[in-house]
Amino acid sequence: MLNPYETVFIATPVLSEAQIKEAVKKFKKIITDNKGKIVHEENWGLRKLAYPIQKKSTGFYYLIEFQAEGALIEKLEVEYRRDERIIRFLTFKMDKYAVEYSEKKRKQSESEKKLEE
Amino acid sequence: MAQNESEIRYLTPPTVEIKKKKYCRFKKNRIKYVDYKDPEFLKKFLNEQGKILPRRLTGTSLKYQRKVAQSIKRARHLALLPYVTDMLK
Repeated sequence: MLNPYETVFIATPVLSEAQIKEAVKKFKKIITDNKGKIVHEENWGLRKLAYPIQKKSTGFYYLIEFQAEGALIEKLEVEYRRDERIIRFLTFKMDKYAVEYSEKKRKQSESEKKLEE
Repeated sequence: MAQNESEIRYLTPPTVEIKKKKYCRFKKNRIKYVDYKDPEFLKKFLNEQGKILPRRLTGTSLKYQRKVAQSIKRARHLALLPYVTDMLK
């Protein structure tokens, strides 16, 4: 039984671009290795935090939307907690309205891209 | 006696407010899902200190008030919204 999930994590701003990519790759690998399917991903880039976390005022946001079995979530979150590069994370099980919403949003951004081209 | 009653004078003229009917913006616009990743939208449900506004002020229906509250809490966790602040708007 596959469920749609969405996970957002914040990585520390001290990392270089390459290190961020490596961290993203690592978590994507955890998902795909545990029979998860990545549906969508979004890089929000460096953003200002609304309040300091671990004395840092900015962070790299990254969002992954995926389909997986429930058992994967625990593994993923354990990895998040172990990883020092991750300062905050949130995993969210999407309901049907959330799935609808994100699909609609994705289509919108795609059509905007086409318009720009 | 009857004359006296008609001559009641107020110190300040009574203001009769015309009540605007409140409505639930989710029901009106048929929004089904409250996105926690959109802090600008969620700010409509916060006061200047970043507190969640009650239903009696926003007019949101109970079903969506619960969703709004949950989304705001998620956004706070991800540092998209502050827990405490001054002059949010």
